[in-house]
Amino acid sequence: MISRSLLSYANRKMIILEGPVGRERKRFMKSNSPLDFGAAPPMDCYPVLLDGSRLIVEACVRAGANVYVGYPITPANLIFSYASRRFPIALPAPDEITALQWMAGLSAAGYLPVTATSFPGFALMVESINMAYMMELPMLIVLVQRLGPSTGTATAGAQGDLLLLDGLISGGYPLPVLCISDLEDCWLLPALALRTAVELRAPVVLLSSKEMVMTQASFDLSQLPEIEPVRRVFYPGLGPYRSYDPGDGLVPPFLPVGNDHHIVRLNASTHDRSGLLQHTSEEAMANTRRLGEKVEALTPVLYHLDEQEGARTLVVSYDITSGAAREAVRMLRAQGIPVSLLLARTLLPIPAIYYEVIDRYPRVVIAEENAQGQFARLLFGRRIPSKIRLVGAVGRMVRPEEIVQEVLAP
Amino acid sequence: MSVFLIHPELPFCKGCGHHHVVRSTVKALEAIGVKPTDVILVTDIGCHGIVDAHFATHTVHGLHGRSVALAAGIAMGIPPGKKVIVYIGDGGATIGLQHILEAARMNIDLTVVVHNNMLYGMTGGQPSSLTPRGFRTAITPQGTSLPHHDLCRLVYEAGAPYVARVLGVGDFSEILRQALETDGFALVEVLELCTSYGLKWNPGLRLKALAEEAGYALGVWTRPPSPVFRLRVGKEGSLRPRGEGLLDLPPVAVRFSSPLEGRWTLILSGSAGEGIQQAAEILARAAMATGLHATKKGSYPVTVGVGFSTAEVILSRSPISYHGVHEPDAVIITSMDGLQNQEDRIRRMRRGVLWIDASLPVPETGAEIQIRDFRGRVGARHAALYAIWTVLQEMGILPPAALREAVQESPLADRVPMEIFASHG
Repeated sequence: MISRSLLSYANRKMIILEGPVGRERKRFMKSNSPLDFGAAPPMDCYPVLLDGSRLIVEACVRAGANVYVGYPITPANLIFSYASRRFPIALPAPDEITALQWMAGLSAAGYLPVTATSFPGFALMVESINMAYMMELPMLIVLVQRLGPSTGTATAGAQGDLLLLDGLISGGYPLPVLCISDLEDCWLLPALALRTAVELRAPVVLLSSKEMVMTQASFDLSQLPEIEPVRRVFYPGLGPYRSYDPGDGLVPPFLPVGNDHHIVRLNASTHDRSGLLQHTSEEAMANTRRLGEKVEALTPVLYHLDEQEGARTLVVSYDITSGAAREAVRMLRAQGIPVSLLLARTLLPIPAIYYEVIDRYPRVVIAEENAQGQFARLLFGRRIPSKIRLVGAVGRMVRPEEIVQEVLAP
Repeated sequence: MSVFLIHPELPFCKGCGHHHVVRSTVKALEAIGVKPTDVILVTDIGCHGIVDAHFATHTVHGLHGRSVALAAGIAMGIPPGKKVIVYIGDGGATIGLQHILEAARMNIDLTVVVHNNMLYGMTGGQPSSLTPRGFRTAITPQGTSLPHHDLCRLVYEAGAPYVARVLGVGDFSEILRQALETDGFALVEVLELCTSYGLKWNPGLRLKALAEEAGYALGVWTRPPSPVFRLRVGKEGSLRPRGEGLLDLPPVAVRFSSPLEGRWTLILSGSAGEGIQQAAEILARAAMATGLHATKKGSYPVTVGVGFSTAEVILSRSPISYHGVHEPDAVIITSMDGLQNQEDRIRRMRRGVLWIDASLPVPETGAEIQIRDFRGRVGARHAALYAIWTVLQEMGILPPAALREAVQESPLADRVPMEIFASHG
């Protein structure tokens, strides 16, 4: 059996971690990080009962996020609540549009802001996320999915917003979207998402859902690796600064607005490398194209792939249904049926490797908590190949037995 | 030419009041003695918003109506002494009124200059909420029928320490200087007539006469200084996390053992406010104290204090990757709310045990039925915990002491009479 979990940065470096979170992880209770827990005695085991929201908030803070801007909405309230006690600064905004605008202003001023919301609030943020994308302002938006359409059922989980995220940026430019598939991801992915936001100078969406962030589970804190704070590098140059001049790379160096050394110009409208308004000049169009190119090239490719020799079926899932997929694979293997598993952590832009893996199997079962098979549609559009089987559910979690049934179906 | 301007020729129509706004702004900035790098000009969508390239300051060009919120984020985050100026039109002030009122209420250190030319000049001249009654526009050729917002009064009432309204002619740099030197939120509404659309639809109209007829009071309104909203950044600009991180989560030491080999699933359902979720959490901790893995999922309506409250608990010898419960081993129902919420599931049950309060009707089910007097014995508030105690006693899944200790270590320790654990239902 080949079992591996991959965390790689496309076109740059590839880190292969054995096991769920890696063999080289340090015991975080023993770390010397300035953000350490303090005087707690080192323990080999630190079992607690917690929810994913708690890990997400702690991971964000340890990664260097310093401002949380919140507006209450179920099921993202736990994140707001924990963030209000833990973030260096937490601000209650009067609405979600204001929340994103404050975040953009704070990001422009050099802060690293985070918010969490659910579809109704996210919908209000869409124009402002486009603004942050165009202005190239790093920030993290945790989208906790709940049952829709509209206000739907606030206290029921769902995976219904993926297709909304594909195409969220006007013009079809890709937005980096990472997705949490278990409690360990609640610890690992916020830091990777924040690093992506800073390195790409872009808003990043971390996708999750109600049960993922609200269900409590027994969890051993001592197994968590230390989180490296995201390193922020501001433009050090003495010469003139142009806000959108990427030099030889794809991402322009960042400099906070209001600094004493260089004028900074940020612009939500079509602009040149200086950040000045343009109609459709060649320079401005090249700048706009670069926004998509940097996300395509630099978004980390994160996934879990567990391939079993002799398997003819691949189970694919993401977010909350990853748990059911893992359980289904365990059940099948216990019966002696070989099966492989792909859990997607990078959802957008779609990593090419997902197609390569899917191409290796005569049958692929994609499981997700919606009625449309949104991930399947994301991969294949409306012409889903016949070898792809969909398992969905609405208003409840997908059950492992349903995945098993589809794997075994004639 | 001023150090604040790159190009002396401004990009506005001949005779437009926007010229006067820019020239008065520049003069006011020179008067207060700041440098271009001390100034952040945040512009909105509208003709005024194309001025960025002419300013030698920091410039931020945002979305329609959102510039005040965007500027608020900048202003609250940068050190005192910098000047954040917002240029917005009457259209932007209409769509973004909430942002203006919030920034005034919070007393964010901003100077908002509203270019009120009483219509949307970039889109053909439609009326805004600041257009006075009777003013003719492209889509209201007979004149608008509704009165305008008195923006200055709204903003003043929201708490702004400095509000002014001026005619957008000549030099009003002294007003802008006062606004810029205000510690906190300042708004200056500049009345203008759009030379392209305002005069086209209202030929011969004079700005001063219009202001008088429409009841626009000109003047300055101030109130005593109040605290300015800034981020609470620590000494030397440090931004340290607060609290203990995850350390306030109590670790659960393994002190007991459980005979459970596989997995045991429970649905506990009752009424909101009757401690269902807390009882389930205590059960999960008790199981952890025996070395078992546990998950606890809550389900309830959007209302917090009424209706059902349901918890799903899984206890397992092996790690739990899927925490849904389809066919539970046990269902505990402590009230009618809980029964109604779980009735469909109970009817579908082909196995497992239904533990139901004696006050409730028993639905048809394939589950084994156990009727117990949970509410009658210990009252509604403790019925859930008592029911769990009863089920554990009879099923032998956890040692009784594990649950008792989990209760004593919980926030409920002082509120749960421990004598309820002397017997079981």
